[in-house]
Amino acid sequence: MTHAHQNDRPLDKPLLKVSGLKKAYGAIQAVGGVSFEVRPGEIFGVIGPNGSGKTTLFNSMLGQITPDAGTIELNGEDVTRLGPLELSRRGVGRTFQTLQVFGKMSVRDNLIVAAQEHKGSMFGRMFAPGDSGLGAKADALIDQFRIRHVASQKAGELSYGQQKLVDIAMAFMSEPDLVLLDEPCAGVNPSLVGGISRLLKELNRNPAAGSKSSFVVIEHNMDFVMDLCHRIMVMVEGKVMAIGTPAEIRANKQVLNAYLGE
Amino acid sequence: MKKSTLVLGLLTVALLVAPQFLKNYGIYLLTYWLVFVIATMGLNLTVGYAGQKSLGHAAFFGIGAYTVAILMKAGVSFWLGLPAAAAICFFVGIILGFPALRVQTIYLAFATLGFNTAVWLVMRNEEWLTGGTFGINNIARPALPGLSLDGNLAYYYFVLVVTVLLALLLGGLLRSPWGKAFTALRDNPIRAESLGVDIRAYTLLSFAIGAAYAGIAGALFASLVQFIEPGPFTVASSIMMYLMVVVGGPGYFFGPVLGAAVGVLLPEWLRFAQAWYLFVFGTAVVLLMIWLPDGLLSIPDRIRARKQSRLASQARAKAAQAAGVQP
Repeated sequence: MTHAHQNDRPLDKPLLKVSGLKKAYGAIQAVGGVSFEVRPGEIFGVIGPNGSGKTTLFNSMLGQITPDAGTIELNGEDVTRLGPLELSRRGVGRTFQTLQVFGKMSVRDNLIVAAQEHKGSMFGRMFAPGDSGLGAKADALIDQFRIRHVASQKAGELSYGQQKLVDIAMAFMSEPDLVLLDEPCAGVNPSLVGGISRLLKELNRNPAAGSKSSFVVIEHNMDFVMDLCHRIMVMVEGKVMAIGTPAEIRANKQVLNAYLGE
Repeated sequence: MKKSTLVLGLLTVALLVAPQFLKNYGIYLLTYWLVFVIATMGLNLTVGYAGQKSLGHAAFFGIGAYTVAILMKAGVSFWLGLPAAAAICFFVGIILGFPALRVQTIYLAFATLGFNTAVWLVMRNEEWLTGGTFGINNIARPALPGLSLDGNLAYYYFVLVVTVLLALLLGGLLRSPWGKAFTALRDNPIRAESLGVDIRAYTLLSFAIGAAYAGIAGALFASLVQFIEPGPFTVASSIMMYLMVVVGGPGYFFGPVLGAAVGVLLPEWLRFAQAWYLFVFGTAVVLLMIWLPDGLLSIPDRIRARKQSRLASQARAKAAQAAGVQP
């Protein structure tokens, strides 16, 4: 198997730097001092058994919860205490574990609304055309995601798989520097898993001008993670067990015993 | 031409000629209906498009009415009173929007209901300002240079012009990116925020713009009925306005036109039922909520969805047959 991590990518200063992140719920230390870096253009996987702290880590990185300690830096700026809106404005996109499309809007409008707030001022948008000048960009993503045949349908009326594609496409509309994907393969049939992997590789290889297009992916599907990610972090009991390339992770006996069970 | 623009055009033409077929009371009633169309257009933005459950709309309607009445009594022109009513309601609307940043659904409905009660108490108890239960009477109708709007017909055409202008304004707003942002806020605020939609600002704006529409409607109402007291601005009126939005179809542009007709004109048509009126009206609403929870204007969408589902089912059956699966 050819792994994407074998691509030669410039390993310059980190896009995302997480240092000593801690979060406890009562007596339970969900995340107990996690540190890692994501480089520009890198696809970084986060794996670990249920309860290992992946979701808490993700929610801290996305401004949904405030960590107890530690820092999160994006492009050298401390963003530890910023909320989801501020993070979006700084170029962080995300998908959710469950489907989160706007059910009563058309697919095309879902994509347009996903980026319109990044164009101009709020007052200016009151007088802007309905598609905010994003029609061509939305159409390009619609074609790339092969959802042209449902583009004018309401998103809520589509099948689960089609909605999943819309959901992922929305995260890329504003050309974010960093996209956090929370279990992009959850509930998806095996044939579509391959499609999602192909799309993510395409979007990573061909980022828009100025975009750094790095991803952080939480996923339980090991084949998907091993094939897609340049580096993988294994979390167990809120701590980092290992960080390395897919080959290194596969060869790590501690990881094999604790998680992969091979 | 957009379908909604065509409908608005046809509706305007129909309303321009309608007075030819009506007596004085009919024209008055039609004006009354237009006033409620304006008020519920605003509530439709807050509730139908932005998804904020407000049961305080009649308070804004009242603030608009009292603003114009008090200012006119103080010698201020209606033409200054009308924008003042809109502006005051806009700012009070922003203030009422703040609870919506913390609570949602039924809890927000109760918070707005409390606001309505507080405003109503001010109208009833602050006699020095509002006239209390005696209200304010002899509110004049406005006049344009060389044209009196005193008569019911002239005032009707004036309110019709205001309604069409406000409908065009709202239509433009909803077609702009703001319209999509309001819908995103209603459908999924968490996702919307992750995409950069400032849900705080849009929540406050949905209340403020909706309130401004109610304020303008209230100002027109005061001048229409020429006597105001706290009665029409109670929580019951807010519930009635909410019902108008729900019956017409929340989130449908023309929902308020139909909803206000059901709330204002239908009771007149049901007068023959006399004591049975409320029973008939109540039963009609219950049946509507059971079969058409998205309102009367959802009927075309339902037919379209049913047709789509039938076609999809036929396509699947054909595909299954082609794949050799026995029916």
